[in-house]
Amino acid sequence: MNVVVCVKQIPDPADPGALDPETKTLVRTGKLILDEADSYGVEMALQLVDAAGGGEVTLVSMAPNEEQGGLRTALAMGAAKAVLVSDDALKGSDALTTAKVLAKAIARTGEPDLVLTATESSDGYTGTVPEQIAELLSLPSVTFAKSIAVEGSTANVQRQTEAGYDDVQVPLPAVVSVTAGVVEPRYPSFKGIMAAKSKPLDAVTVADLGFDSAQVGWNGAGQEIIEVSEAEAREAGTIVEDDGEGFQKVVDYLAELKVI
Amino acid sequence: MSVGSIWVFVEASDGTITNTSLELLTKARDLADTVEAVSVSASDVAAAAGAHGATTVHQVDGTDGKLVGPAVASAIADAVAAGGGPDAILIATSYDGRDVAGRLSVKLDASVITNVVDVVEVDGALAGIVPIFGGSTNVTTKFTNDKPDIFLIRPKSFAAEESGGGPAAVASLAVPDLGATGSAVVTNRFVEEQTGPSLDDADIVVSGGRGLGESANYDLVEQLAKQLGAAPGASRAIVDAGWVPYSYQVGQTGKVVKPNVYIAAGISGATQHLVGMKGSKTIIAINKDPEAPIFSVADLGIVGDVHKVLPKLIEALQNR
Repeated sequence: MNVVVCVKQIPDPADPGALDPETKTLVRTGKLILDEADSYGVEMALQLVDAAGGGEVTLVSMAPNEEQGGLRTALAMGAAKAVLVSDDALKGSDALTTAKVLAKAIARTGEPDLVLTATESSDGYTGTVPEQIAELLSLPSVTFAKSIAVEGSTANVQRQTEAGYDDVQVPLPAVVSVTAGVVEPRYPSFKGIMAAKSKPLDAVTVADLGFDSAQVGWNGAGQEIIEVSEAEAREAGTIVEDDGEGFQKVVDYLAELKVI
Repeated sequence: MSVGSIWVFVEASDGTITNTSLELLTKARDLADTVEAVSVSASDVAAAAGAHGATTVHQVDGTDGKLVGPAVASAIADAVAAGGGPDAILIATSYDGRDVAGRLSVKLDASVITNVVDVVEVDGALAGIVPIFGGSTNVTTKFTNDKPDIFLIRPKSFAAEESGGGPAAVASLAVPDLGATGSAVVTNRFVEEQTGPSLDDADIVVSGGRGLGESANYDLVEQLAKQLGAAPGASRAIVDAGWVPYSYQVGQTGKVVKPNVYIAAGISGATQHLVGMKGSKTIIAINKDPEAPIFSVADLGIVGDVHKVLPKLIEALQNR
């Protein structure tokens, strides 16, 4: 069973960066790390390949400047190899272009049985890329998976819903987006970290994937930011240190609000 | 009016139109001459959709026991290709809504503006207002092509108001052959039991976070919620840690709530969380870290240990 996992390498969420006032894109400084949201898909893929008793996990990522720190983390967890799309022409790409690039990169890996993604990235969080990839590859999909079990050429997926969850059966190949927190991502072992350094990484440009640079990045984006403004800030509240009677402040306030 | 026609993807839950659908229909009325709805259960929603401004509900058939994304997206795309489509499509940021938007985007080769909290008219065209950096900054984003506009809109971005219209007419929207994309089937639906008010409707919400220390201490949040007739909620951190089900999550990936009173206990206030609750009318925060970002949005902040403050608070409310 061969599984492709789409992973995003993002700036450390502890340091979210800022908008460039000129280009209105996110200015990313510092090293990129594996989006934590993607670590669950990587873990899920490794478990599924283990359970199938064969096959491998391939990573697919799009990142500026051939950044591969996050990919190495996922390779150290146990993924076999990676495709990294990196090209200056990709700057300013919208989610649809990102999905087009990832779909081509997935196709480049062969014919995977399953494509896993996060439900959304932790920095851009459009949440549309998984479904866009599925449509571009003409595959069925299940979003917001809590669990995945593969039986023969079918995946049984528990999909989160407003009310609880649905059991969904989907024939493979398929695209499944994995919800954060549903598995415990393994920590890379020392051996894994060392092995990751020599695992194959296929670095490609948009031209390698058959795109014209006019189709991607700024040129291909179907939307643009026309204004950036400060949101209305909430008025500063009263902040008090709990001296043992802090609870009374809350009671008084709730009474003042007439909710008790 | 800035556009001629807007379609709204209208959803139902247990046979009743969702509040978010009503919010989107109300907004669409402000923006377009004609508002129409698209639904997989038109007969359930036609009356309420009509009362909120839709003239027609387009029924998409064949989704029983299926995930609805591929069928709804294909049906809308075919209508657009045939020249009978809308200028813009409003879709809620829901599980099915995101599926529809993603598939439709590829079918129309059109960009989607996501996480929208308002739709405005700029120079005769529609633009979406999208909060970033935890809601401290808003960006206004417009489309740069002549495709139909697709907006994915967050729940509770608008107030739902009736238009006084009668039931919407029901029409049928043809679904083309979906091939493999339509092959996912739902074999069972599980509904998690819920007692007390829901996060969506509650007047008061009490949420707990990592500061509770361990799973068992979430009981304090539930006790306080019970005393106040509130809905219990949670930060992503403790949902990811498995303390409470995903349905409890308030934030970017969970529920957007706008209650009268929001109480955050042991929640530091990561961007992920603030986005889902900062629209609450009043916010009370209890956290031991005085630097926690949650205090920047709190009307009343208690810098203290939730393990000490919550039991006393619960007791005081019991004694009232």
